[in-house]
Amino acid sequence: MNLTLYVWRQKSSKDPGRLVQYEAKDISSDMSFLEMLDVVNEGLIVKGEEPIAFDSDCREGICGMCGQVVNGVPHGPRKKTTLCQLHMRHFKDNDTLYIEPFRAKAFPVIKDLIVDRGAFDKIIQSGGYISVHTGGVPDGNTLLIPKHDADIAMDAAECIGCGACVAACPNGSAMLFTAAKVSHLAMLPQGKIEAARRVCAMTEEMLAQGFGNCSNHYECEAVCPKGIKVKFIAKLNREFIKAQMTGS
Amino acid sequence: MLFPTSAVGKKIMMAITGQVLALFILFHIAGNSTIFFHALNAYVTALYKLPLFVWGGRLVLLLAFVFHIWYGTVLKLENHAAKPEPYAKTRYLQATFAGRNQIWTGVMVGVFLVYHLLQFTFQVTNPAVAADTHPDALGRPDIFTMVVQSFRQIGIAGVYVVSLAALGLHLLHGIQSSFQTWGMNNEQTLPVVEKTGNVVSVLLFVWYCAIPIAIIAGILK
Amino acid sequence: MILDGKIPSGPLHEKWDKRLAEMKLVNPANKRKHRIIVIGTGLAGASAAASLGELGYTVDVFCFQDSPRRAHSISAQGGINAAKNYPNDGDSIERLFYDTIKGGDFRSREANVYRLAQLSANIIDQCVAQGVPFARDYAGYLTTRSFGGAQVSRTFYARGQTGQQLLLGAYGALSRQIRAGTVTLHPRTEMLDLVIVDGHAKGITVRDLVSGRIDSYAADAVCLASGGYANVFFLTTNSVMSGVTATYRAYKKGAFFANPCFTQIHPTCIPVTGEHQAKLTLMSESLRNDGRVWVPKIKGDKRPANDIPESERDYYLERKYPAFGNLAARDVTSRATKEVCDEGRGVGPGGRGVYLDLGGAIGRLGENTIRERYGNLFEMYERITAEDAYQQPMRIYPAPHYAMGGLWVDYNLESNVRGLFVLGEANFSDHGANRLGASALMQGLADGYFIIPYTIANYLADTKPGVVAPDAPEFKKSCEEVEAFTKRLLAIKGKKTAHEFHRELGKLMWNNVGMSRSEASLKEALKRIPEIRAEFWKNVTVPGSGRELNQELEKAGRVADFLEFAELLTHDALQRDESCGAHFRVEHQTAEGEALRDDKHFSYVSAWEHKGVDKEPELHKEPLVFEHAHLAVRSYK
Repeated sequence: MNLTLYVWRQKSSKDPGRLVQYEAKDISSDMSFLEMLDVVNEGLIVKGEEPIAFDSDCREGICGMCGQVVNGVPHGPRKKTTLCQLHMRHFKDNDTLYIEPFRAKAFPVIKDLIVDRGAFDKIIQSGGYISVHTGGVPDGNTLLIPKHDADIAMDAAECIGCGACVAACPNGSAMLFTAAKVSHLAMLPQGKIEAARRVCAMTEEMLAQGFGNCSNHYECEAVCPKGIKVKFIAKLNREFIKAQMTGS
Repeated sequence: MLFPTSAVGKKIMMAITGQVLALFILFHIAGNSTIFFHALNAYVTALYKLPLFVWGGRLVLLLAFVFHIWYGTVLKLENHAAKPEPYAKTRYLQATFAGRNQIWTGVMVGVFLVYHLLQFTFQVTNPAVAADTHPDALGRPDIFTMVVQSFRQIGIAGVYVVSLAALGLHLLHGIQSSFQTWGMNNEQTLPVVEKTGNVVSVLLFVWYCAIPIAIIAGILK
Repeated sequence: MILDGKIPSGPLHEKWDKRLAEMKLVNPANKRKHRIIVIGTGLAGASAAASLGELGYTVDVFCFQDSPRRAHSISAQGGINAAKNYPNDGDSIERLFYDTIKGGDFRSREANVYRLAQLSANIIDQCVAQGVPFARDYAGYLTTRSFGGAQVSRTFYARGQTGQQLLLGAYGALSRQIRAGTVTLHPRTEMLDLVIVDGHAKGITVRDLVSGRIDSYAADAVCLASGGYANVFFLTTNSVMSGVTATYRAYKKGAFFANPCFTQIHPTCIPVTGEHQAKLTLMSESLRNDGRVWVPKIKGDKRPANDIPESERDYYLERKYPAFGNLAARDVTSRATKEVCDEGRGVGPGGRGVYLDLGGAIGRLGENTIRERYGNLFEMYERITAEDAYQQPMRIYPAPHYAMGGLWVDYNLESNVRGLFVLGEANFSDHGANRLGASALMQGLADGYFIIPYTIANYLADTKPGVVAPDAPEFKKSCEEVEAFTKRLLAIKGKKTAHEFHRELGKLMWNNVGMSRSEASLKEALKRIPEIRAEFWKNVTVPGSGRELNQELEKAGRVADFLEFAELLTHDALQRDESCGAHFRVEHQTAEGEALRDDKHFSYVSAWEHKGVDKEPELHKEPLVFEHAHLAVRSYK
């Protein structure tokens, strides 16, 4: 199939960017979206032009490195699918695709479709862990965790930190990302001890990093490639209220 | 304290003030519905015999308004700053028209409120039918005539219907959103809260609109 | 040279305790004066950096992704082994040790493997404490599942994302230390050289992938945890950025590379669909529990699978290995699959695929049962192939997956270069000629959490902190070399992309140095690789400059290293004139086609010393001594 692409090109964070038109020719429907871009890039390199810069690593939907906005939707049109797992058979011949970087103040563009998601690391650094030292821990089975709780914790822990939630949010909020980590740890007995401090520190860091607030649009849930639910945002809110009421 | 400046704290302030205002909206239409039984003047007179309730309520509402507007503005500005560059192509999958335009429906409701207060509370827009200066046969302020006379003008009725639509949209997003912010949601309750919020919003819109429409249609005179 | 693995003396189960007691310690007050560099943030790197930071060392950690959480450990699906014996099915440290050393076809170091088994239980406890949501039963206890190569149920898991959850646990611990200020994170930074001063590793030279700046960092010790090199085969299950660069450049600076020919080919991956493909995706091996593998009996049969009658299907694994059937060992299955495809009976585009048919199981157990067991895999398969595996059999084909070989290290994980420690998949030590499922995660975390914190202290105790300043001439020289290398790549301005060379190399490696290797195929590869390399240095094109984010430059650098490393790998494969584990020389097989080991002549680790590009590397041997385990013919019958 043949496609017309409008791709965001931006030399560096300091330069202004713009959409540039490219023709993607003879694209196989078996290609993944990123392989389609690989093909376009090979063509550009041979012509002596600079290829389109974009992030990707594992290409099997788990590392969270890839992510672009395709026709207004982060990770493209297929539900619960990262861009690297989205295949071209979901597009039609002669389609026009707008390909843009994830946009948010907290995710400045580094080059073309690559953005800096270091703000996510900063949120985790502010408290997205259990403060345990290596060694000196009890046997894993001394801590009993109901299957139901462990399953919910795992639902939240599946977040791959790709940033699609921020890209989709009209407010550029990182609530779903933050909520997933807060909920994952707050569901587990070993994580409850620091839950109050954690939720306050992480939401504060989220604002400090320039993310917006949650307006409950649930756009994040709709684009999340791992299907993380907004019920975890409600859980974060509860954890926050609990923390405030207990004065911690 | 972290509360009033934090991301969640600000949202909870929005939720709690919004819920107070929504409760008032419910109370307001319940009281106003006495108009259908030609008991509006009696209801208002009875109400004004409870000055502590009236003035206490007004104070609470005023505070709720001030905080709702203040936090709404702060949040909007912060959220806007967090997303400075728009996409060339935008497509929403789940975010509703109502949700995305919450600030604008809010502004519309605010502007309307000023007009509404000037019209029926301060009664300065049309002194000829001002209830305070035109008592009914029993000597009570003739609110009924003021309302009916006002809404007979299609323009005024139109302004009300449009503004109420804005209010309805505002509630459409606001009600379900406030429950989520309070954390009173899980996977099972979320769709229920959303649906209930939608139904209540539409009901309120229809209920409120019933008054001007009934008057225009000549059902209420 | 005969290498000394510095294995403690005494009985096997006392060796690690003995070493712990012997090793020197660093005074707590002095720890922060010692600077340690960690390269890589996978399970080994992140756990090492976090643990060292907790102890109070000053740590610099580097990764070339945008965040430590992207490292390829995250892709591991199945689980992590631990000798907990929770199910009461007879597991023990001894049994895990034996399974692992047997799985490695007796080509790993006994003492290392035993220590790994000893530490395995601590890893689970540590990860639980970190909040890793391992699967639990209804009473709240940890549950396990069975995995290949073991008769006990000892594999702990978190759905199909065990690697992700373990990595996020280590990433949390690392993040905590970054916040505490003991660890400095350098994301989007790639190590391009190891700096050695007076025979000790004292720093690295890196390229900031965003600005293009080339800089050196000095330290008192360097930990390499940069993962494996399977991408030398181009189409693999590894992530696209995975490379050999960090370890290979350390090799060029004098570190020995051990057993590079030991590369694992995983039998159940989704086949290649075309030239455009960038990588392959693994389908969990567990599908073979309920699936039957077959190809048409007739060459070039183009009928859809469901139209081929039972009598015209060749269930070749069941035919060839009646005892094992579809559950034959990984390497055996992979080779048998290649064989039938070589005969022209492969299915799907390009004829490189076989059917993995769950039709019988669906008929027997019902679609719902199968959906419960493998639903997520069927979904993944559908996403990639657009085929519904409930309606027609899956197509699978083997693909390179893991590197057992790596930089040579002694029992303390220190390479022959003093002060250079190598962790996780980057070293060679624990998996011998073949790795068992669910043991890669175990090794990465054992190295990082429980071995390096002790052994590095033993080294640092004898060194003066900060003795080498960042302005030492060795650093300047290293920066100049890296700069020159970059300039050389940019100056070629040829006609072919780095990607094309990588693909060409990968094809050659796959065909000649892949699942089965012969003297002739290896010799041909040794002839071809330098030719491709020569063409690369004449005809590669790298657009842009070195002073900016330039992904083509990064890629070209990695491919350049693969083009040299491939030769080393092939050389090792040719030198090891026996079959063992994943290294299958067609000259050495039993009548049934099983690998035929030659313990008399090859019971050693091959550690190669770099002598210059286009020169033969020098072989050093570390004899493998088995005091405890009996060398036996590896058989799962």
